[in-house]
Amino acid sequence: MNLITVSGPPSSGKTAVILKTAESLKKRGIKLGAVKFDCLHTDDDVAYEKAGIPVKKGLSGQLCPDHYFVSNIEAVVEWGLAEDFDLLVSESAGLCNRCSPYIKEIKAICVIDNLSGINTPKKIGPMLRMADIVVITKGDIVSQAEREVFAARVHAVNPSAIVMHINGLTGQGAYELSTLLFDSGKKIDSLKGMKLRFSMPSALCSYCLGETRIGESYQMGNVRKINLEKK
Amino acid sequence: MASKEVLLMSNMLKLKEIYPFLETFFDQQPGELFKQEDLTLQQILLEMEESGSEDNVFDATLFVDQLQEFIQQMEAFTGVSSQSVDVLTILPGKDKSGNAETFDALHFRKSTITSIVGPTGSGKSRLLADIEWVAQADTPTARTILVNNEKPTVDWRFASGKKLVAQLSQNMNFVMDLSVREFLELHASSRMIAGAAEIVERIIHAANELAGEKFSGETPITSLSGGQSRALMIADTAMLSSSPVVLIDEIENAGIDRKKALQILTGEEKIVLMATHDPILALMADQRIVIKNGGIHRVVQTSAAEKNMLEGLEEADRKLQTLRTKLRAGESIVDQSF
Ligand SMILES: Nc1nc2c(ncn2[C@@H]2O[C@H](COP(=O)(O)OP(=O)(O)OP(=O)(O)O)[C@@H](O)[C@H]2O)c(=O)[nH]1
Ligand SMILES: [Mg+2]
Repeated sequence: MNLITVSGPPSSGKTAVILKTAESLKKRGIKLGAVKFDCLHTDDDVAYEKAGIPVKKGLSGQLCPDHYFVSNIEAVVEWGLAEDFDLLVSESAGLCNRCSPYIKEIKAICVIDNLSGINTPKKIGPMLRMADIVVITKGDIVSQAEREVFAARVHAVNPSAIVMHINGLTGQGAYELSTLLFDSGKKIDSLKGMKLRFSMPSALCSYCLGETRIGESYQMGNVRKINLEKK
Repeated sequence: MASKEVLLMSNMLKLKEIYPFLETFFDQQPGELFKQEDLTLQQILLEMEESGSEDNVFDATLFVDQLQEFIQQMEAFTGVSSQSVDVLTILPGKDKSGNAETFDALHFRKSTITSIVGPTGSGKSRLLADIEWVAQADTPTARTILVNNEKPTVDWRFASGKKLVAQLSQNMNFVMDLSVREFLELHASSRMIAGAAEIVERIIHAANELAGEKFSGETPITSLSGGQSRALMIADTAMLSSSPVVLIDEIENAGIDRKKALQILTGEEKIVLMATHDPILALMADQRIVIKNGGIHRVVQTSAAEKNMLEGLEEADRKLQTLRTKLRAGESIVDQSF
């Protein structure tokens, strides 16, 4: 089985792109499964099911979604192997822009959209910087100039990635992406021994543990203060 | 390209002097350190490490690799972009039912217009995607695309900033909060080309020639009317887009001089493809292709007899426009010529 991780800001078009790409993969006889990691709520499982793709969903709830991802992806891979998928797609929403649920040696795709504004690429961090493929969506609603400026910014943030423009509504460009996803030489039978591409955000303070009161005396553990000094 | 050691020992000012395009690259890095021009790259990286690369979400090794990659790509890019695309060729593939397309080879030359006709869903997007992906008999249509009569290099597929097709469709809008001039300057700076200021003024001028109502460089782009936006998009794509092929999805017949719009594009040596159902636009093209069931069904050269109709059609169109204007103004619309 191949595994790919797809991530990107909320509503950037991840599911739309995966579903359009899946149509082409299915035509080639590739058996697909999906898993969606999210924080509080997702209806993506319904969308995958409707498209005939077996799916699991995991909601991290109170926990950092990325920590939740790493602690669960192994089990999900085992599920995928048991189901005999050729390709398992993991979709996760990059919720704090700091996240990057990417694993070394596992193909990583970042989906961002033209509407998010040209300063977004810089703000995203490892999720964009360390992706192998960057998919830019929603080009159908912005001008050619904005698309070009946005793509140039993405390129400056991650010069090594393949940048593709895909229309999540019509699927234009999805066939092309599908040719880059399945690689019979990249099969895995477990994630044992593999590593994340970048460390997860570290935090363990009193608020992680359920504290709700505001005030210096309640702040314990890993706490950092904003700099309010005059420049 | 300079070696890794040389890069590390140079200060920011020096690096930007040798590689002006690095300005964009450093702008996209986290934190404030990259703005200090007297520091060497090595010093900056050390300091990033010390202040905790974790906090800056920064990986120095990856950074140096990507910096080198960026320089390499940009150097290759400036070399290639001067090489123009004179002709794009499609070699036949098949339609959705697997029937072979019957044309021999279809050429799109620079400064010419090809219109594309056929119902929605007939395969226009697929055709366009084939061109964009420079298909090599490896897409569902099995078509092959040649650039300047040769099998193209793969960077047309993968290199960012080197895309064959620019697209202008009806539902596109400006979403940035900038004035017309700021917007064009931003676009020009992403292209990193010489003489940007002059090009920006040329675009504003040309867009005003196309649009019915005038606007200035200070007008916010989001307050432009539909016709003005379309005019600005067309002039900008003609003069600032790096893509040699421009696809227009129907130019609506309101608030914009369509003939001039096409002239600007062909004047800038673009290969123009235009999806349309409007006979006037179709006749402005040099040839038209008819798409049916996912395949190119016919290729028709615009005949002299058809071209002769154009004047009459345009005259009728002008009359219709006048009637619309009168109707809107609440006037009587009686016209003796009808
Ligand atoms: N116009 C346009 N809309 C798009 C495009 N791609 C996706 N959308 C729309 O954007 C919305 C969000 O798309 P999704 O695919 O659900 O986004 P997502 O990234 O999976 O969202 P989450 O999983 O909830 O974070 C949907 O309404 C899509 O139809 C596109 O290329 N153009
Ligand atoms: Mg989704």
